[in-house]
Amino acid sequence: MRSFRYLTPALAIFVPLLAGPAISADKTLTVYTYESFVAEWGPGPKIEAAFEADCGCDLKWVGVADGVALLNRLKLEGDRSEAGVVLGLDTNLVAEAKATGLFEAHGLDTAAVSVPGGYSDEVFIPYDYGHFAVIYDSEAIANPPTSLKDLVEGDPEQKIVIQDPRTSTPGLGLLLWMKSVYGDDAAAAWEKLSQRVLTVTPGWSEAYGLFTSGEAPMVLSYTVSPAYHMVAEETERYQAAEFSEGHYLQIEVAGMLAHAPDKDLAREFLAFMMTPGFQNEIPTQNWMMPAAPITMELPQAFSKLVTPEKTFLYSSDEVAENRAAWIEEWLGAMSR
Amino acid sequence: MTQAAAIEFDHVAYGVGDLSAEFSFSRAPGSVTAILGPSGAGKSTLLNLAAGFLAPRTGRILINGKPVNDLPPPERGVSMVFQDNNLFAHLDIRTNIGLGLDPALRLDAGGWRQVETALDRVGLAGFGKRQPASLSGGERQRVALARAFVRRRPLLLLDEPFDGLGPGLAADMLGLMLEIRAEVGATVLMVTHDPDEARAAADQILLVSKGQIAADAAAAGFFERHDLPELEAYLGRRPQP
Amino acid sequence: MLTRSEHRASRAVGVAALVLIGLALAAPVSVLVSQGAGSGLAGTQGDYLLRITRFTLLQAGLSTLLSVALAVPLARSLARRPSFKGRRWLINLFAVPLALPPLVAALGLLEVWGRNGVANNGLALFGLETPFSIYGLSGILIAHVFFNMPLAARLILPGLERLPPEYWKTAANLGMGGLSLFRLVEWPAMRRSAGGAAGLVFMLCATSFTLVLVLGGGPAATTLEVAIYQALRFDFDPGRAVLLSAIQIGLTLAVMLGLRLISLPTEAGDTKGGATDRPDVARGWRALPDALLIAAAGAFVGAPLVAVIVSGLAADLGRLLSDAQFWRAAGTSLMIGLAAATVSVSLAGLMVRARYSVGEPPASVWLSLLSGLSAAAGSLTLLVPPVVLGAGWFLMLGGGAGQLLAPLSVIVLINALMALPFVIRVIEPAHASAMERNGRLALSLGITGFNRIRQIDIPAMLAPLATGFVFAVALSLGDLGAIALFGSDRIVTLPWLLYQKLGSYRTADAAGLALLLGAATMVLMIIADRLGARLGPASWAGRHQP
Repeated sequence: MRSFRYLTPALAIFVPLLAGPAISADKTLTVYTYESFVAEWGPGPKIEAAFEADCGCDLKWVGVADGVALLNRLKLEGDRSEAGVVLGLDTNLVAEAKATGLFEAHGLDTAAVSVPGGYSDEVFIPYDYGHFAVIYDSEAIANPPTSLKDLVEGDPEQKIVIQDPRTSTPGLGLLLWMKSVYGDDAAAAWEKLSQRVLTVTPGWSEAYGLFTSGEAPMVLSYTVSPAYHMVAEETERYQAAEFSEGHYLQIEVAGMLAHAPDKDLAREFLAFMMTPGFQNEIPTQNWMMPAAPITMELPQAFSKLVTPEKTFLYSSDEVAENRAAWIEEWLGAMSR
Repeated sequence: MTQAAAIEFDHVAYGVGDLSAEFSFSRAPGSVTAILGPSGAGKSTLLNLAAGFLAPRTGRILINGKPVNDLPPPERGVSMVFQDNNLFAHLDIRTNIGLGLDPALRLDAGGWRQVETALDRVGLAGFGKRQPASLSGGERQRVALARAFVRRRPLLLLDEPFDGLGPGLAADMLGLMLEIRAEVGATVLMVTHDPDEARAAADQILLVSKGQIAADAAAAGFFERHDLPELEAYLGRRPQP
Repeated sequence: MLTRSEHRASRAVGVAALVLIGLALAAPVSVLVSQGAGSGLAGTQGDYLLRITRFTLLQAGLSTLLSVALAVPLARSLARRPSFKGRRWLINLFAVPLALPPLVAALGLLEVWGRNGVANNGLALFGLETPFSIYGLSGILIAHVFFNMPLAARLILPGLERLPPEYWKTAANLGMGGLSLFRLVEWPAMRRSAGGAAGLVFMLCATSFTLVLVLGGGPAATTLEVAIYQALRFDFDPGRAVLLSAIQIGLTLAVMLGLRLISLPTEAGDTKGGATDRPDVARGWRALPDALLIAAAGAFVGAPLVAVIVSGLAADLGRLLSDAQFWRAAGTSLMIGLAAATVSVSLAGLMVRARYSVGEPPASVWLSLLSGLSAAAGSLTLLVPPVVLGAGWFLMLGGGAGQLLAPLSVIVLINALMALPFVIRVIEPAHASAMERNGRLALSLGITGFNRIRQIDIPAMLAPLATGFVFAVALSLGDLGAIALFGSDRIVTLPWLLYQKLGSYRTADAAGLALLLGAATMVLMIIADRLGARLGPASWAGRHQP
């Protein structure tokens, strides 16, 4: 009756949707990365311009909340993914990422790459690194924590914003940092720390946004982060707290997918990643330390940064083996 | 007259424009006055002014010689019975009557005995635990009268209380009301639109028209008068066939 | 009044509509169950599930308690002051949170109650050092009270206003004080609707998604719905999603059965402004407590709305409006909304027609089953919250990644099902009265079948159909529940874009977007309300809070 007659317009409505987004250029490289990398103020736009100038292709960024969410998305999409390169995992996730079977060896010479402790892998190439640190607002906090223990046991009224280890590599980094320092007592430490946590965000950019807008006086970020405020905002208001136990190291990596629509183009991008054309954008756009030579001078501010004496880093196999259990532990402690 | 009037309206004006009204009259203690007039004439306004639900713009209202303009309704010594909804529908009969004794319902055994007596007086003995909805319209009005009975206020205001009960029942109720009035010794102002009711119960008449008192007269022979155009219009009288 | 063949056709399409709804609900649930059976339970998971469930109940219980405990005195004050200036305006204001996309409201609440918001700056003036936090339980409670206190007040108020004016005169005449009046008259009149409102608010808060997603403070302040979303999008852990969904369905089922016992209030905000003043109520300075309470409630509800407008206008709307991304999102949102509304109104129409055809009482067991199922279909969509529904489809589609049409259809379907109960509620009475009016006449003129539907039934029901349609569009336009699971760079709706902007802390953009989205849904809701007003007091009271 009425149904068929009047349902037809409903179906017609779908038609424009079927068309989908327009496909342009002959060669397209889709790169999955985290949200802040492709933000207007991030390195994405400049790197895109630099790469497109040579490759005769269209570089398309797809921003996902944060590093761990990237891996989740790849697992979901499997071989249907349209991505050629994934940029923004870190060494903690490498073993798990390889286990998906979705990545392929790059076959490139990575001699130019240099990161603390050294890193060489046939699938993933480091593009930057940094040490996690608690950044504090010196106008809101007079006595910042001097150790992780200090942070855990400090005044619960002074809040910190952290990231969710299920979606974010800084979040996962803090989880591993706590595990490095507290070992089997990590759950109890998390339970105590949860009193100081204002909120847990899915990605780094949400957390940092809350921090700079004054919602919380502390945030989990990187030792380099204060350089941004010194260079871009000419203020020393935001500082990194140096922790006596040491800091956890993050090495961010990129790799190409086995089902990349254009593997040569993907490889070309990874090679480009190790050149100054890419690396020059890292210190003052991504606010991390470059993993390969740069042809620019680091701003003065970089000499004022906290340089950790001791660093922590789990092997990616260790992380792969324990991540699920440790996240369970974290969820349990944080939901108490 | 040495005794003060039971109720007196001294140039009491209310409202402005089309809805304005102005009343002046007084009644002796123990009198029964029927207030007549077309709908919208201001009969209920008059009662509401007396009860304190409305505040006059100018003029004085006196009850037993005392100005009551600034007194809130419960302090005026007035009981009121409406056409409908005299009883709180969710409260049982004895509670409804008990509220007349104490508005916060703090009643001792003696208080509850008084309630039973009042129910008995209006012919509803044993109805105390029933809900208003289970009573007929006439029975509910009896409960309202029982409440006025326990309150024993000197002024009883009735707003078409027996309208819609049917002629026989209305006459019975009228009788009951007059008995209770006599026992309490109250002065009655009763709005009605039934000339027969006025004839049967009232000794005086107030004819209200367009917010004014058109006639203030004894009830005896009132309806036989032909000198009042408002009365002619109100009764819709035309030449007898 | 239908002919034999019309009856047959009505019932046939009614069954077809039911089967479609049944499939749309049962398929994802069965996928959830089968997926869940396949994956085991991790060690500490039981503990985590228990805590999430406990928090869901705790926040819903507290939200309900606060909302109703505040709504009762508010409704009382409003009933006591039936004719102050701006009263009608205020009561309309109380309907706004319901019509607002939760995400937009969340933004406004952040502006008012955030660390640098009006409230905390005000507290600082009084020398209070420790700022109030909008994150975690306190934030969730504020948001839920913002949404539900006005709703509860609007549900409770008519109960008081329906009381005959003689009650207040009698109360004044007898000299009943405020306390005994409340105890003996007002509370008994409010009790029923307050109970119903409490049940409804509890249901809405127990299934609240967007507000908890935005204002929750991590795992300690997470509800079942948000945990389902996280289990799928954060962990990709179907087993956990299934368990959480099962608990959520069990919970909503229990609440709905409970609601049956206390009977839901249906009429909201049917208020007679300008009624006569209450003779039992004091005036002058003694009106101050009522005035303060009403003003405080107005400010509490109004401030976040003003904040959305002010910060939205401060944003660079010109740039936003020239952004291709915005128009793509707006286009997608509108198409999804139109499609969802078409599906919803069609399904509702078919089921209403079938139910009418079955008649009262149904002639056979099969017919009574058809009638009963059509009646239940509306509530069933409330039983399975959008996120649970989406979770099932999400697993069925393998996350919907790289796909376009399938996830879009699912979003449309979920939004259509969400709107269904309310569309049915608008259409059913109008259909019944149209049939009453025109049935015999049409039959006697021999206008049957298609002709009848085209020439008589549809024109007669144009207003209610339009109301339902516009309402469904508005509901879909503001929805984040379905899109949260399926949103990607290829499917971006306005709420999803807003959520992303909020996430990447493009605050100005988010504020501008919130204003545009809020204004669009408000306009639609007002249109629906105006159309609905012509049909008599249609009620949006039970709108699901996505």
